[in-house]
Amino acid sequence: MSEPAVELRDVTKVFASTRGDVTEEVYAVQDMNLEIAQGEFFTLLGPSGCGKTTTLRLIAGFERPTRGEIFIQGRPMSKVPPNLRPVNTVFQNYALFPHLNVARNVGFGLEVRRVSRSERERRVHEALEMVQLAEMSNRKPSQLSGGQQQRVALARALVNQPAVLLLDEPLGALDLKLRKAMQIELKQLQAQVGITFIYVTHDQEEALTMSDRIAVMNKGRVLQVGDPVTLYERPASHFVADFIGESNFFRGVVEAVSGQVVELRVGGARVQATASDSPPSPGQEALFAIRPEKMRLAVSEEDLGLHGTIQEVIYIGTDTRYIVSVEAQPPVAVRVQNGCGIAPQEYRRGEAVQLFWLPEDAHLLAD
Amino acid sequence: MEHPKRLLALIGPPGVYLTLFFLLPLGIMAVFSFRAGTIGEARNVFTLEHYRQFIANTAYHRLLWRSSLIAFGIASISTLLAYPLAYFLAFQAGERKLTLMTLIIIPTWTSYLLRVFAWKLILGTNGLLNTFLLSLGIIDRASPILLYSRNAVMVTLVYVWVPFVALPIFAALERIDRSLLEAAADLGCKPWQSFLRVTLPLSAPGIIAGFFFCLIPTLGEYVTPLLVGGGQGAMYGNLIQDQFVRALNWSMGSVMSLAMLLAVIVLLALFSRMGSFSKLLEL
Repeated sequence: MSEPAVELRDVTKVFASTRGDVTEEVYAVQDMNLEIAQGEFFTLLGPSGCGKTTTLRLIAGFERPTRGEIFIQGRPMSKVPPNLRPVNTVFQNYALFPHLNVARNVGFGLEVRRVSRSERERRVHEALEMVQLAEMSNRKPSQLSGGQQQRVALARALVNQPAVLLLDEPLGALDLKLRKAMQIELKQLQAQVGITFIYVTHDQEEALTMSDRIAVMNKGRVLQVGDPVTLYERPASHFVADFIGESNFFRGVVEAVSGQVVELRVGGARVQATASDSPPSPGQEALFAIRPEKMRLAVSEEDLGLHGTIQEVIYIGTDTRYIVSVEAQPPVAVRVQNGCGIAPQEYRRGEAVQLFWLPEDAHLLAD
Repeated sequence: MEHPKRLLALIGPPGVYLTLFFLLPLGIMAVFSFRAGTIGEARNVFTLEHYRQFIANTAYHRLLWRSSLIAFGIASISTLLAYPLAYFLAFQAGERKLTLMTLIIIPTWTSYLLRVFAWKLILGTNGLLNTFLLSLGIIDRASPILLYSRNAVMVTLVYVWVPFVALPIFAALERIDRSLLEAAADLGCKPWQSFLRVTLPLSAPGIIAGFFFCLIPTLGEYVTPLLVGGGQGAMYGNLIQDQFVRALNWSMGSVMSLAMLLAVIVLLALFSRMGSFSKLLEL
């Protein structure tokens, strides 16, 4: 049972793009290695054009890898056409059949596989109950709202009890409130049916909300794979730190190393950060990132922390955001929660402050 | 206040055009159908005699029925041939789509008569087809029956109509969202199953449009039967033409024309009663 539901081994997909007389090779996916466990909610996250949808289409069989092999439940898929793969897809635009009503859309896969009529009707009904659309079974897709169409697409895929469900930005077309509700619903549904979900999105918050694990992609490559906490708390690269949530980046020169804790000189100040793998050696230049909410502002007589000046105070209800200018660094964002006993807008524009953080909240980055 | 004016400006000219050149002639034809004669005093005599004659003469009905069958056959064959053509253009031709489409359309820019005459040259006793079959030794004597037959009419009209029938089918196929075909494959369809379950039903409006596009004018066709049909290939349209041009019996010709109009309306009504027509157009 430890066999992965889906495994990608050195998968590369090259598209030839012709512009005028010049034919160019575009790497949509490059040397991708992934193992997705049975029953996992796995998300491919990245900006548009990063190759996440291509990866999903490779798994579904709509595209063939240029190199490498994809295994589903241990079986190599290179010679298996989409209709014979044990996966189903929820398409971005839902791709519901406009000429069939809801029940026949949902029953489509069962009908093709010649499941008996009574069995089919029972399973279609169950699937529609699951997405709370049982009373809509005679409607045409065009008579449904976007959210309802999305549920039909989900039911149409799940009714076939696939080993893996592929979802291509299924909530992208919904408004924010509905999207939030559907995120929770999808997550619960996945836990309930126990099917492996591979979910594609460019929305980092959505990915964090739903996923067991996330693969962050950029330019056809997987940059980091991890659970939401690891990705957010210990991003490995500049891209991941920047793409997931918000980060302040600092550049400094390494002065001393003790274990994983690295002491750096940033401008005139000595600060500390933590290396996730092998720490750099003294004298090297290094980049590190800190989340805005992991920073503290203080005014102290002693010459501690990073010195800066409050440049902007932005009050956003639950939080106050300070933009602090620091010598020879880009402006730093600090987020202070307006919690119990904290005065909103404690500091004023132009005030001199010091910036503090815990060494473990400052992450040295690979690039 | 602006709105009705603008609407009038928009539908006014085509309205006037349709009234002058379609409704008015139709009215004139209806009037003629009740006149005892085409010229002279008889013009002013009201009679139902021509209707009675038409109803009594079963030869007319047979020809109308046979012409309907021929038109139905031509429309069916044209649609069957046009569908793969349109399918290829829409799904397989890729970047050459427009070029190929243009190549198919270009012959239709030449005169209709010219294209029908071309078939005379192909099908004639000393024509291309006979010469070809003779040279291959498949036949040992030039066959005169290729030309001047019902088959010649059908071959010629199918040739004329295929590109036009392909157009609405192509348009319907082009409109099909390609992700629907991926969805069908994803749900277990082999390519032919995707075709039967998704492509074909979704292109039905185009098929129906192309079919009727061909059927209705073909029913009244008289030029092609005149040129390549001979006696056996004559159609109802030739009969009407005879009444107007040779017999100078405009009244009888009008009755026969109205009968054909009725036949077309009945045909369309039957088809839309079958439900598929209006239902498919809802898509």
